[in-house]
Amino acid sequence: MHIPDGFLNTGVSVATGVVAAGAIGYGLYKARDELDEKSVPMLALCAAFVFAAQMLNFPVAGGTSGHFLGGVLVAVLLGPWLGSLVIGLVLLVQCLGFADGGITALGANVFNMAVIGTILSYYIFYGLKALLPKNRTAFLAATGVVAWLSVMLASGACAVELAVSGTSPLSVALPAMLGVHAIIGVGEAIITVLVVGVVLAVRPDLVRTYDYQAPIPRFEEAEVSQ
Amino acid sequence: MEARKKSILIFTLAGLAVAVALALIISPWASSSPDGLEKVAEDKGFLEAAEETEPVWESSPIPDYAVPGLTAEAVDEETGEAVDEPTKLATALAGLIGTVGIFLIAWGLALVLKKKGGETEALTSRGTAIE
Repeated sequence: MHIPDGFLNTGVSVATGVVAAGAIGYGLYKARDELDEKSVPMLALCAAFVFAAQMLNFPVAGGTSGHFLGGVLVAVLLGPWLGSLVIGLVLLVQCLGFADGGITALGANVFNMAVIGTILSYYIFYGLKALLPKNRTAFLAATGVVAWLSVMLASGACAVELAVSGTSPLSVALPAMLGVHAIIGVGEAIITVLVVGVVLAVRPDLVRTYDYQAPIPRFEEAEVSQ
Repeated sequence: MEARKKSILIFTLAGLAVAVALALIISPWASSSPDGLEKVAEDKGFLEAAEETEPVWESSPIPDYAVPGLTAEAVDEETGEAVDEPTKLATALAGLIGTVGIFLIAWGLALVLKKKGGETEALTSRGTAIE
């Protein structure tokens, strides 16, 4: 879903760029307090994993491929602000290092995938989680549903940007984008649930939004709790 | 506290190994079909808007996820002409460089952003010894 140069007009590029810069700026500010001994290595790991996973295009119907975005994965693991920094950094490196996504569309790409696909999606996840039973299965179900939704929302935002730029009318771009991303989103949900499930099984304390129990009792703490 | 810190490091390195394996081994076999947006642009006739635009940034060291210079002759499916295509090794190396590179950049950025002394505060507030 990386928009290349040439699809967006100046107004859309600037407007999305301003919002994206504001969100990333606030993320950088929040990072000062949120980064600790656990989240520094996790942030690096998330960036590496999302970059690698985004290279793995999987085939979907009709000569089309899709790839993982990772916004909800990093939001669930790190929270919305550190998560948005991870996605922003991945997009910046892809744009400058690998010619993936236009530099004039970088703001729009960060807006779609970090602001909508990560920060907004985090708050939808937060709301859904509050409505569901407080257990691991419901947590993973919410993760999967919001992962799918995040891809739909990001692709919908992309369609709106194309329409406002005069590249493709909304009545054409929106159904086409939502249609193909409804399938790609299923891949997003499967990968996100799989990875969050593995981290929950191995180190639940590293899933920042999983706050249903105290961090796993270890060593001396385990004896106290008995 | 040392043991705990070490175990986070082990988890991180194990995770990095998985990411590197994905980028190095699986990525050369990833689908090369156009992605969702590209396909929509193709079908709805606005792909040329991008093709006719000169990219603003042309200094990407590894354009299109293929290390430059590693090509093999292949036949273009549409035109039937012989073209130089990046080899699987070019993609694998791009994946390796990108994954390890972004891991180091992100770690460095996180260390720069982290509040000075924040870690020590966190340790003392939990009642554990400062190193």
